[in-house]
Amino acid sequence: MSDVVPTDGSLEVGLEVADRVRVAFTVEAGTVCAVIGPNGAGKTSLVRALAGLAQATGHARLDGVDLLGLSARDRRIGMVFQGQRLFPHLSALANVAFGPRARGVARPDAEALAQQWLDRFAIGDLAERKPPRLSGGQAQRVAIARALATDPALLLLDEPFSGLDVKVAMALRIELGRHLASYAGVTLLVTHDAIDALTIADQVLVLDAGGVAQVGTPAEVAQRPSTEHVARLVGLNVVRRGEELMAFTPDAVAVALGSRGEPGGSPRLRWRGRVADVAPHGDAVRLLVHAASGGPDLIADVTPAAATDLGLAPGTDVWLSVKATAVRTYPADTGRADTVHP
Amino acid sequence: MIVSTAVKDPLGRPPVLLMAPAVLATLLLVVPLVAMVAATDWAGLPEQLRSEPLREALWLSLLTSTVAMLLCLVLGLPLAWLLARVDFRARGVVRALVTVPLVLPPVVAGVALRTAFGRSGVLGEPLLELTGFGLPFTTWGVVLAHVFVSMPFVVIAIEGALRSADPEYDAAAATLGASRWTTFRRVTVPLAMPGIIAGMVLGWARSLGEFGATITFNGNYPGTTQTMPTLIYVTRQSDQDAALALSLVMLVVSIVVLLALRDRWLGTP
Repeated sequence: MSDVVPTDGSLEVGLEVADRVRVAFTVEAGTVCAVIGPNGAGKTSLVRALAGLAQATGHARLDGVDLLGLSARDRRIGMVFQGQRLFPHLSALANVAFGPRARGVARPDAEALAQQWLDRFAIGDLAERKPPRLSGGQAQRVAIARALATDPALLLLDEPFSGLDVKVAMALRIELGRHLASYAGVTLLVTHDAIDALTIADQVLVLDAGGVAQVGTPAEVAQRPSTEHVARLVGLNVVRRGEELMAFTPDAVAVALGSRGEPGGSPRLRWRGRVADVAPHGDAVRLLVHAASGGPDLIADVTPAAATDLGLAPGTDVWLSVKATAVRTYPADTGRADTVHP
Repeated sequence: MIVSTAVKDPLGRPPVLLMAPAVLATLLLVVPLVAMVAATDWAGLPEQLRSEPLREALWLSLLTSTVAMLLCLVLGLPLAWLLARVDFRARGVVRALVTVPLVLPPVVAGVALRTAFGRSGVLGEPLLELTGFGLPFTTWGVVLAHVFVSMPFVVIAIEGALRSADPEYDAAAATLGASRWTTFRRVTVPLAMPGIIAGMVLGWARSLGEFGATITFNGNYPGTTQTMPTLIYVTRQSDQDAALALSLVMLVVSIVVLLALRDRWLGTP
């Protein structure tokens, strides 16, 4: 590691929150980095450590300044909390003006600035409304405007679309993507939704069990996922074979009844197992199958007619097989981050 | 007590084993007050109310209770905040010490105040020598006694209110660059306001009814230390009707305050 500390607006992190998360990664200025991973992977701990709301050791250099040496209020960050945490006793305008005022901007100037931010998110006419009278999408816009109004060099978004209905979330996702495209700072977007990572992010950081499992562009991570969690998020099956991973789509999986005997083809690419779940998925029926003797969990899409003909239900004994041509094989350490030195 | 029988409770009728004590409890609280109102000599009431000692004592009671409430707020709110929001080692001990006066007999509180702030008390004697001012037997002494007995109620009530306010709002304020003082002023206190008001009302009511500590520490001098409760106690020894009239005044004051605050601050329960 070089001794020159970069001052180009980038975020360079090597930190540990005891018993929660231990990570090292770098995000360039102007980049939106999606942080994904299952519950308990350490996503929220990472974000709270960067915001100064959780104790952490190591370093987190933002534009060359170590955030961990500063109190929460002295860090140049903006945070959008899960569930927004808008101050319920203040109007939308006062919520957005709160940050600038706390940092010493005179009230009229802070309010003018807040009004500009609300206008930018097309909710300027709701300035005098208090949060309890805002819809979910409106409240989330106010929360994002509030975080951006302090001109932060690092924007932390903790599950910004959770709890919104699908249509509202999609509209807000597009709108936020547009704002973030012109935002000069670093954005970390914690999400459990693959679509956030694929639509908004330039970079994806996959956390698993408190560590970095994979870093890459959304396309790389979606095509060559290194964890089962990400594979599920992007709707792929991923099977580990030694130092290799094999990825294939659920519709490439052929399903036969276990009672019919072992199907032909490569033994590497077939599994016997028991159907654990059957659910509609678009026009198809999606099966979740637990492979026998500790094998992988696999998903397979079949037509509704096939599902009926085969009598597929939870508990059914099945053979799954996939053609070699439908499988993408890649090394298991793809995009795995360097060893962590907090 | 109104128990609606028109609406069938889907969980079944309230059991007699709970209903009987509940009705009894209500009667126990209501009957003495109704009896008092019934026994009042209404014809003689206007004259009783015009008496000089009553007006003096009522004014003194309202004044000292209000000043005590404000002191409890100025001193108690920061203490409640400290107990609710700052993690320090002696927190449990401090909270226990604050709670002691809550269970202490008020007369004992008066004796304790004498020992500390009396003319020959640990703090009272130096104060008297330095300034020539002695707290006992003065209106300020009354306020001191009120603050001593009311503060625990105020602190405990406000601490509860602060604890139930989500600390994530404080966190949000910190990420926006607010100092702890700004956060306290603009976020913590406004969010806990209903609880803070409730705590103040509780403290005020406790002061208004305070008798034991006040009379032990300050005696009973009309105009300076004679509050309504002490006046009622003294009057009752000679004139039953007058004591009833005075008590009625206290009842009305209590109800008026309760109603006014319930509608304005506490919401309908």
